[in-house]
Amino acid sequence: MTVHMTAHVTAIGKLLRTTAFRLTLVYLTLFAFFAAFVLVYFAWNTRRLITEQITETVDTEIQGLRELYSQGGIRRLVFAIDERAVRPGSNLYLLTTLTGEGLAGNVDSLSPGVLDTPGWTETFYRRFEDNEQSQHHALVQVVQLAGGFHLLVGRDLEERDRMRAIVLAAGQWSFAIVILLGLASGVFVMRRVLKRVDAMTDTTQAIMQGGLSERLPIAGTGDELDRLAGNINIMLERIEALMRGVKEVSDNIAHDLKTPLTRLRNRCEEALRIAEDESQYRAALESTIEESDALIGTFNALLLIARAESGQARDQMSDFDAAEVAHGIAELYEPLADDKGLSLKVDAPMAVPLHGNRELVSQALANLVDNAIKYAPSPAQRNGAQPEITVKAGAGEGDRILLTVSDNGPGIPEADRARAVERFVRLEQSRSQPGSGLGLSLANAVARLHGGELKLEDNRPGLRCIISLPRGGPAAAIALTK
Amino acid sequence: MNGTRSSGCQNGPFDMRLLIIEDDRDAAEYLTKAFREVGHVADLAGDGEEGLALALDGQYDVLIVDRMLPKLDGLTLIGTLRKKNIETPALILSALGQVDDRVKGLRAGGDDYLPKPYSFSELLARIEVLARRRGSREETVYRVGDLELDRLSHRVVRADQEIDLQPREFRLLEYLMRHAGQVVTRTMLLENVWDYHFDPQTNVIDVHISRLRSKIDKGFAHPLLQTVRGAGYVLRESK
Repeated sequence: MTVHMTAHVTAIGKLLRTTAFRLTLVYLTLFAFFAAFVLVYFAWNTRRLITEQITETVDTEIQGLRELYSQGGIRRLVFAIDERAVRPGSNLYLLTTLTGEGLAGNVDSLSPGVLDTPGWTETFYRRFEDNEQSQHHALVQVVQLAGGFHLLVGRDLEERDRMRAIVLAAGQWSFAIVILLGLASGVFVMRRVLKRVDAMTDTTQAIMQGGLSERLPIAGTGDELDRLAGNINIMLERIEALMRGVKEVSDNIAHDLKTPLTRLRNRCEEALRIAEDESQYRAALESTIEESDALIGTFNALLLIARAESGQARDQMSDFDAAEVAHGIAELYEPLADDKGLSLKVDAPMAVPLHGNRELVSQALANLVDNAIKYAPSPAQRNGAQPEITVKAGAGEGDRILLTVSDNGPGIPEADRARAVERFVRLEQSRSQPGSGLGLSLANAVARLHGGELKLEDNRPGLRCIISLPRGGPAAAIALTK
Repeated sequence: MNGTRSSGCQNGPFDMRLLIIEDDRDAAEYLTKAFREVGHVADLAGDGEEGLALALDGQYDVLIVDRMLPKLDGLTLIGTLRKKNIETPALILSALGQVDDRVKGLRAGGDDYLPKPYSFSELLARIEVLARRRGSREETVYRVGDLELDRLSHRVVRADQEIDLQPREFRLLEYLMRHAGQVVTRTMLLENVWDYHFDPQTNVIDVHISRLRSKIDKGFAHPLLQTVRGAGYVLRESK
């Protein structure tokens, strides 16, 4: 029972602390304020209207009586007042002499001093037919007639006072209803929102405890909570991909760095064990340095890929000409290709403006050219034909620019192409070649950093590597996919 | 390796006074010893503040500054020196080898940037270039032996014979001649002649050098463009 009670209490406490509850309160206060304003405005206007009506009636009456007085003298006036005073629901009339003796009318008593102040006054009065206790409220006008007579004409204010009471009562009731309904609907809405937020909180807690594949629930209403949940889910997906990347990198480091490190260590041990003279030690040391240089190269490439994949290099982007990069890289590799009896051509006749990281794009292209040269058929396999490598820069479909390196070498079988882009994958025929096996992976990572992709296609015969990048950089890529 | 040292020494006309600001004691001592072997004197500072005090006080040819230092980091140290108009060339050593870190280092007032791990021959070559750059004026015509390069008319002549070079070959030779007698590494060439700061998997520079060599040295008794094993290349008059 106590447990249930506390649970109940904390649930209410939670409800009270929620943003939704506070918002409800704010809305409620505002709404009550506006309702009160409307009511007051209405009451005030009604009152004004009634008062206006009374003054108008009284004014007309006085005007009429004045005319009677000037035409027929005091006798005619007394006669008219006596006649009018007995009509049902009539106005108040009182005609007195200068000294205050009543001549005609239906008023028995008034608040003191009313008759001595000409003009409009609100006063209490009693009619002749009323009993001693009753007291009424009226708006009266007092005028002085020629000859020292005082004429009072007025109208009962009961109507106005009743109106006020009605408005007041209505105000109280509607106020109570507004607050009750507001609170009830607030609690209803809050509970719904709270339920969804609680579901989100539960999921995030599960994620914090390591369940990174959990996703926030989406109600499908497309409201702001759904949008928030959707965005958080996209963020989670990205985080999960990055985590997977980190894990892959560490796995690969473990595998592909430990192997050469073991080799390095073995070589040192072997030198210690069997080397007899300085030249043997020297040879062992030299090969150790060579091996460690290769290790450093692999390590740098890995770091660069990780960095490109995490998007860190995005702040180093500028506008440059991709055609110029193609020419530059081709120029760098041309002598090497020439030495190996390959022909290296550039097909980039026009400027290709691109927003990106020039250094990384150059490096990616260099890796592709390097690969093409490395895997070109050896002179024995050529059958007299000269292998050709083409570096191309140009515009592709839909505001994309393409950097293509094509060769007519052995190519990569279609089944292996997707795998070839992964880190450290070196297809069987390339095992004999030097290199870290990271060239394609790096080119792929660079392309993805720019919001593009690396595609491998059949060049019939040979391989065609295409780096496809959005012209305006990664921001443009997001716009393109939308 | 010894061969490298002695050849560097022969052609280095002056011994340098260096300041190494590095908190890794082992690495710093290794450098001091290695510099001493090639005839240079190196002082040591273990943290940024000590390094700044020494750099402000002493007359050094080149500063070797680690990027991450206790008390005062390398970039701030160099920035402070530059603000006080001390223009001693500074080479930044850093475990952060990425392009943007390099750019940050150079922007802060560093003159060169070398990512760790580095080879001593690379460091030595860069230090010597930095030290020599100071006070050297840009000449219009470079001469090494009977080889002459005119930077204005873009003419290259060896022993009265005009040599026809491609634009890139001209820039390569220009760089080698400006640093005649100094060892120039492959990375230095790639950075300064091609403006690339990455490591091409295959050694493309060697092929460019051998092409240039065939144009300027072929048919002459004394080759000028020599390979320094384990380090790089040097252009000098051979005896």
